[in-house]
Amino acid sequence: MELSRPGPDAVGTGRSRSVMADPGSTGRFGRFGGRYVPESLVPACEQLESGFRAAWADPAFRAGLARTLALHAGRPTPVTPALRLSAELGLTLLLKREDLTHTGSHKINNVLGQAMLAKRMGKTRLLAETGAGQHGVASATAAALLGLECVVYMGERDMRRQELNVFRMELLGATVVAVRNGSRTLKDACTEALRGWVTQVDEAHYCVGSVMGPHPYPWMVREFQRVVGEEARQQCAALLPQGRPDVVVACVGGGSNAAGTFAGFVDTDARLVGVEAAGGAAVSRGAPGVLHGYRSQVLQDEHGQILEAHSISAGLDYPGIGPEHAHLADIGRAEYPSVTDAEVVEAVLRLARTEGIVPALESAHALAWVLRAAGTPQLPTGCSVLVTLSGRGDKDGAQLVALRRDGARSGALRRDAAGTPR
Amino acid sequence: MNATERYGRLETHLRRRRDAGRSLLVPYVTAGISADWTDYLHAYADAGADAIEVGLPFSDPMLDGATIQEASHRALSSGTTTAGVLARLAGTPVAVPLAVMTYANIVFRHGAATFCDRLAQAGVAGLIVPDVPYDEVDELSTVATAAGVELVLLASPVTAPTRLRRIAERSRGFVYGVTVMGTTGERTGLSDSARALGTTLRGHGSRPVLLGFGISSPGQAALAAGSADGVVVASSLMREVLAGRGPREVAGTVAALRAGLDAG
Ligand SMILES: Cc1ncc(COP(=O)(O)O)c(C=O)c1O
Repeated sequence: MELSRPGPDAVGTGRSRSVMADPGSTGRFGRFGGRYVPESLVPACEQLESGFRAAWADPAFRAGLARTLALHAGRPTPVTPALRLSAELGLTLLLKREDLTHTGSHKINNVLGQAMLAKRMGKTRLLAETGAGQHGVASATAAALLGLECVVYMGERDMRRQELNVFRMELLGATVVAVRNGSRTLKDACTEALRGWVTQVDEAHYCVGSVMGPHPYPWMVREFQRVVGEEARQQCAALLPQGRPDVVVACVGGGSNAAGTFAGFVDTDARLVGVEAAGGAAVSRGAPGVLHGYRSQVLQDEHGQILEAHSISAGLDYPGIGPEHAHLADIGRAEYPSVTDAEVVEAVLRLARTEGIVPALESAHALAWVLRAAGTPQLPTGCSVLVTLSGRGDKDGAQLVALRRDGARSGALRRDAAGTPR
Repeated sequence: MNATERYGRLETHLRRRRDAGRSLLVPYVTAGISADWTDYLHAYADAGADAIEVGLPFSDPMLDGATIQEASHRALSSGTTTAGVLARLAGTPVAVPLAVMTYANIVFRHGAATFCDRLAQAGVAGLIVPDVPYDEVDELSTVATAAGVELVLLASPVTAPTRLRRIAERSRGFVYGVTVMGTTGERTGLSDSARALGTTLRGHGSRPVLLGFGISSPGQAALAAGSADGVVVASSLMREVLAGRGPREVAGTVAALRAGLDAG
């Protein structure tokens, strides 16, 4: 894979300042984004956009959110130097620890923002879709905290893969709706949540879990996740001699942890790398399309039917990618390689045993790319790398145990890893 | 109404029938739902349809309820493709105009201009794309007009008054008033907001206004036609098709809807 550094003109120019900015009323990021929803959802999207614009410009709202993120969610999260793994790889590896937030992933940043906004707008119920269950758990948590009802749509297949999270959502008082359409995973949960939203736009806020959906969601969710990148930028400035990392890496399902991370570094000359699951690689294997209310790169067949993504991690089993990422790929400001399930399992084990940190399968995609690229021209010896560890691996325990118990399967996974370096 | 506007085939046909005092009936069928799916088109036309809505199935039909989801899934599972459907339609002249209903991703897959040209070549008069709202319509309406395809716009019960007027002006063929805040699917009764929507849209000019979503019985159809120029009926017919009822049997239901409209 040829990876190109952004040219020097990407730094400090007018163009770089307008990258990852306010997309305006059309919600366009280059040729992507927009608002492709039925007329019945247009007023709700417009109200949300004006509600968010007003809240985001209101110092009291931002202070309230910052306070909640600090007191309830445990922000700021640290940046941890991964000392032993750095030594093994011959580079400086820093981890932005979103796994240490309350509920165990970056999803809480976005959800607290949206829940506080929903409350400010007079809504009484949160609707959410979830894949791995992290966004569902975060939504249920925020709803409980703010006294809102919560309904979470989840693919039946994911409910089996992430049983613990289903239990957590119910414990938190949320209603989990099993989605039995299509691939019974995240894409179908999103479609069903949109269908549900149409029937209750007055009282319900659809709390989208990533930088996807109709305008203003991709922009709004990126803004709510921006805290990850902004904290990390300051922390890197204190930790690294040159003040900023050479490369910034995050995993990409819809792309919210990556968008939040990139937002903190897009105006530096750091290389930005978003790592997709090989079975859900919308940028490298998708084609332009419209799904779930926005235009982006989407996995689809030649007839325009959406393809099912396949990944070991429920949170990355999504055929689309946030429109801003598709745009960053278009203009060459970020790159989007993919890693295989086998590489991901290896990355989980490697981090667990060198650093005593068990990452979520999703987050391990970012690490897996680092493990693959370390010592190659893509990630030369001596460089500094920031990886956003989007979540903790506790939720994946049952799945990892099953994978390891299944000797034949894990053997096959190992051969894959050796046989298909990308 | 814009004095220079020349009406397309679908709109000309609907206007003529409406102006003759008839309440319009547009029944729906999912393309590819059975090997003989085009027979439903002829049977509907014979049973008194004024135009027919043909659903081009999409894997993720965001605005469809359980019945049409199931129909779309079944059609796709048996290998239905856009190209295959359009080839069938090209070889199947139907006595009334056809309007294709599908989703944005199908339209944009190989470019909207290409898609609209293919519709025109297949003899399709109209196009309905529920996930392309008014603000996003420029690109599509330009190429549809160039291809001679009438792009039907939808309006909902919560659409703002000024926007309703723009939609009514910009729509071609007819204006599609969505009667419910929800997906397609059968419902009983007809809300006041649905009737108000019909009345408002009719007040914005002479373009035919059809109400759809949730209209299933002849009585409901007649009620809806009291505040609009006619109705679109989909899920109740597709429920019968899914249950294995053939073109002539389902046409019986279309004939009953026709009779309800004529009586109402
Ligand atoms: C831990 C974790 N990381 C990443 C993701 C992917 O989401 P995104 O790409 O929006 O960051 C998920 C989604 O469920 C997740 O749970």
